[in-house]
Amino acid sequence: MATESLGWWGVPIAIIGGTLRGSAPFLFVSLGECLTEKSGKINLGLEGTLLIGAMSGYAVSYLTGSPWSGVIVAGIAGLLLGAIHAYLVQLPRVNDVAVGIAMIIFGSGVAFFLGKPFIQPPAPQLPAIALGNWSNLPQVKAALQISPLFLIGIAIAPLMTWFFRNTRWGLYVRAVGDSPEAAKAMGINVTWVRTLCILLGSSLAGVGGAYLSLYYPGSWNERISSGQGLMAVALVIFARWQPLQCLYASLFFGGAQAVGPALQSVGIQSFYYVFNTLPYLMTLVVMGISCSPKRTISGAPGALGK
Amino acid sequence: MTGERSQWEAIVIPLAAVVSALVIFGIFCAFAGANPFSVYGSIYRAAFGSWSIFQGTLLRAAPVMLTALCTVLPARLGLTIIGNEGALVIGGLGAVVAGLALGSLPPVLVQFSMAIAGIVCGGVWIMIVGALKHYRAVNETISSLLMNYLAIALLNELVNGPMRDPSSLNKPSSFSIAEANMLGRLPGMRVHYGLIYGLVACVIAYILLQRTTFGFGVRTVGGNIRAAQIAGLPVGAFTLIICFLAGSCAGLAGMVEVAAVHRSANESLNANYGYAGVLVAFVARQNPLVACLVAVFLGGILASGGILQRNHNLPDATVLVFQGIVFLTVLFSDSLRLPQLQKKA
Repeated sequence: MATESLGWWGVPIAIIGGTLRGSAPFLFVSLGECLTEKSGKINLGLEGTLLIGAMSGYAVSYLTGSPWSGVIVAGIAGLLLGAIHAYLVQLPRVNDVAVGIAMIIFGSGVAFFLGKPFIQPPAPQLPAIALGNWSNLPQVKAALQISPLFLIGIAIAPLMTWFFRNTRWGLYVRAVGDSPEAAKAMGINVTWVRTLCILLGSSLAGVGGAYLSLYYPGSWNERISSGQGLMAVALVIFARWQPLQCLYASLFFGGAQAVGPALQSVGIQSFYYVFNTLPYLMTLVVMGISCSPKRTISGAPGALGK
Repeated sequence: MTGERSQWEAIVIPLAAVVSALVIFGIFCAFAGANPFSVYGSIYRAAFGSWSIFQGTLLRAAPVMLTALCTVLPARLGLTIIGNEGALVIGGLGAVVAGLALGSLPPVLVQFSMAIAGIVCGGVWIMIVGALKHYRAVNETISSLLMNYLAIALLNELVNGPMRDPSSLNKPSSFSIAEANMLGRLPGMRVHYGLIYGLVACVIAYILLQRTTFGFGVRTVGGNIRAAQIAGLPVGAFTLIICFLAGSCAGLAGMVEVAAVHRSANESLNANYGYAGVLVAFVARQNPLVACLVAVFLGGILASGGILQRNHNLPDATVLVFQGIVFLTVLFSDSLRLPQLQKKA
């Protein structure tokens, strides 16, 4: 009974499963980017950070046998890459978009360079929490698995919202992002606030990379990140710089990403690549609708891009 | 970009940046267990060692010259566009379609129509980015980045589906254009005519930007968009035209790759020449003529990837690390000024 094909019912189940598996990297990079942009700086280089995180997390998990130390090291590796970004973008006359592109090249180069020996051997993976035991359908059981790391990410989103709204430091970050001059007049060290935001944001992206290599897809290779890091910037615009909305946006994008493979599983092969572009296409459409030349987008930090 | 550099500074600072990049990369190689001096020796020999080897460098430089213009032209208007890879892919697809559909015409006409198809397809592709920017204020960097993914997906969809040559088993490809319709080689060289396309496009771009009223208007908008609007300059038309020209250069690079190298459209089109173009544009400080030279330099680095692996046991990603370091130091150097010269100015 359980082994027979689910037919079309397999599609929504596969999409839900894909969403639960595939949303976490989007969530971590978008939360990291959100924190960075709230302080008024853009980090376009999170793709490189994601790859460094994936590589270092996988390598440490393989060498020590502990996937959680891999996650921690991935966060530290992201922090180090963020330090370069934080230093360069706060120099006068340096274009932060260009630094982001350079960091993608540099970060992916270092990740591929150091990661070469780790492509073959299997590393211990993060555990999964099974939520589907109530069902006796194997497809449902397989779909309803969730990583504790994803749960941590889900917890960070409301926490970050609370941080921005209700804490002194959250106020500092928002002040720096909206008007560095006013923040300076309040006696806030703008450089330090921005540096900390970029560092923490990068380290979140590094953790997102560890999720890629240690949970899903759960291996290390040079094609592991299919542009999730690049989409962080778009996701944050989509989420209007609200951490909680970053969570919803990530689920939405993770779901869109799962449509192509889900349809493929029921034998719809045509337009496989087109379905895979849904997240990119949606971002473009959403930006086209929500941006306007007459006003800046509501929620955007005032000093962003200046 | 406040504070123009003096001419002296414009030469000394980037050179110093490249030299320090060489030092940093040398240290990196030493940590990786390779002798930096012999690594540089290998890179030099693999890139510029002999006339025949140098031709290999030029072959790689040709498409990069064209893709660099895709970032250079909009940069003068104040736009940061990084959709070079996508425009190259779309241009290549367009060129293949034209080459297959019109394959029975005389070769010169086929090549001409392939070039036009590449130019128009790439141009329209980036013009979409410009239109989104002008009419909807969508950030051009992000939209052009996303469109790279759309272009690559379109390529995969077409060469796996409607355009697939059933005989291409391991590497799905489109049907191939006829041998006679391919771009020839320059007399006495193994470099194809794409190099001429690249050089001519860079010179035209330079003249257009520096020696024409249109270029002056573009640079005015790039300098101060509010002032340009008040002066009555057609900012929207400039945006669309420049984006079209930018995309058409990258599209032409796609045509060159198809018509002179691959013969058909397949995943080899997506060989990162687009991202290399972004790097070249920034290192060349958005100057089309300097971009030609930097493209040759980068072509040499790209050509040396294989030898680093064979002779020094360094992974092929070493080349990527080197590019990243050069890019970062050049950007760092943007913040520098020579102190004594600043006083004089």
